[in-house]
Amino acid sequence: MSIDRATVAKIASLARIKMSDAELDRMAPELNNILKFVDQLSEVDTSNVEPMTAVIPNKLRLREDAVNADPKTGGDRREDILANAPAAEHGFFGVPKVIE
Amino acid sequence: MTNLTDLGIKAIRDGVASGEFTAREVAEGFNANVAAAADLNAFIVTTPDHALSAADAIDAKRAKGEALGSMGGVPIGMKDLFATKGVQTTAASHILEGFTPEYESTVSSNLWAAGAGMLGKLNLDQFAMGSSNETSYFGNVTSPWRRPDGSNTPMSPGGSSGGSSTAVSARLAPAATGTDTGGSIRQPAAFTGITGVKPTYGRCSRWGVVAFASSLDQAGPMAHDVTDCAIMLGAMAGFDPKDSTSLDMPVPDWEAALNSDLKGKKVGIPREYRVDGMDPEIEKSWEQGKAWLRDAGAEIVDISLPHTKYALPAYYIIAPAEASSNLARYDGVRYGLRDLPDGAGLQDMYAETRAAGFGDEVKRRILIGTYVLSAGFYDAYYNQAQKIRTLVAQDFEAAWSQCDVILAPTTPSASFGLGEKDDDPIGMYLNDVFAVPASLAGLPAMSVPCGVNSEGLPLGLQLVGPAFDEQGVMNAGLAIEERAGFTARAEKWW
Repeated sequence: MSIDRATVAKIASLARIKMSDAELDRMAPELNNILKFVDQLSEVDTSNVEPMTAVIPNKLRLREDAVNADPKTGGDRREDILANAPAAEHGFFGVPKVIE
Repeated sequence: MTNLTDLGIKAIRDGVASGEFTAREVAEGFNANVAAAADLNAFIVTTPDHALSAADAIDAKRAKGEALGSMGGVPIGMKDLFATKGVQTTAASHILEGFTPEYESTVSSNLWAAGAGMLGKLNLDQFAMGSSNETSYFGNVTSPWRRPDGSNTPMSPGGSSGGSSTAVSARLAPAATGTDTGGSIRQPAAFTGITGVKPTYGRCSRWGVVAFASSLDQAGPMAHDVTDCAIMLGAMAGFDPKDSTSLDMPVPDWEAALNSDLKGKKVGIPREYRVDGMDPEIEKSWEQGKAWLRDAGAEIVDISLPHTKYALPAYYIIAPAEASSNLARYDGVRYGLRDLPDGAGLQDMYAETRAAGFGDEVKRRILIGTYVLSAGFYDAYYNQAQKIRTLVAQDFEAAWSQCDVILAPTTPSASFGLGEKDDDPIGMYLNDVFAVPASLAGLPAMSVPCGVNSEGLPLGLQLVGPAFDEQGVMNAGLAIEERAGFTARAEKWW
């Protein structure tokens, strides 16, 4: 499968990465080389194979359905969470106006 | 008197405990080496005060007769992928420049609790994506090793844990943390003549480690020898309720159980790793490794891992897919860079921030990941790769009925000059062709130095074991280490 410049532009837009025309021109052949490399996977018959979901069998743990049931995984850390925000106001993350 | 910065973890810990020297003397020695090695660019930030205050705490404990911990008095380098409270954590990216965590990663917490201190945050490939340490926003790391041809070409320390490998190899730190997603501990260890262990997936908590590909990422130790790795892995590992894939099982005392007598053990040699056009020096080192393990009492058996050739392409679907998803969090809202042109809206802010904040290799992988996960291509790429991953894991499962540990080269070549592979992403990816299968299967694996090639550059041998059998891997590594007698060091030029 080969992808053209328009497809790269579409993917970049989905990934929310702004790209100039020059970058798109450079990226398209690079991505095609990588896709050509991974295309060899299609030669393997996997019709009876389950896709891997967990590399080491492990049981997903559940915690008690209560706030701060385990302080190690609990919350109540608003200030810590906001500490690195580029714009924090009134205890919230600040963003440009979304609704006109 | 011994030069303290020539010592490894065990010698430092034991010397501090016995009173031969103080932890402060050790920290001062390494701080001085770090300060004098700016040419190597191994550190993004240095934290000499962290190392000194940890050392003083250990010396005070000793004066009071208290236990010092398994890493008591050992200052280490911390890969800048681990969140460290109050110390900038960047993943070598612009998008996280200035990010100062309000929390400490579980692995680094465990190390401080064991008595270690921090010399600084180590440079790496940006978001751990790279095999040469040329994708860092903070510049390339240069290996202390050089070709002896007088050209003084700056050499690659490997990647992504290239700051870690350089720091240990150049004696800027007795040990360092690494992370390994598809070879990022083992390949740089091989390139710089040090030892590195990637444990079983889940041994070390991923909490507080900047995520690249969560189903593959594993932290591990990088140090001078197998014993030091066993000590440090013991300090890093352990169950963590904050990581949903953390292994809830006891951490064995790997150091105490180290044993290089391999009588009764079988070592598998996977025939698919013998690729066409293999570097004859790599092949020779592999043959030598077999002879050493035979000498240690092991029986060598041929095995087959039929899906080996598909592991690397499967990895280059799975890892970018997970990366594209993990890196969606960098949006200029919660932390890190925000690029908001005048009058721009939210969507523009995302796209501008990510354009300015990510390097080329990171963008490339996010785009590949986005593409293979997108509607219409998910089955052909991502699902197919996950099925191949099952097959790769089944290959290993079958092999364990024939052998206890697998021996292979760590890398297809020795280190190369910085810039020599820049134009060829696939060529760069091939560095990890021998490392990736164990990553896909979540298995413990290590690289141990085995000698130097005709250019005087280090080579490593890789050992891979069944899940949870770090001990078997490190025991075989120790058998090689004892016989290889690797003492080569990079001549100091920095």
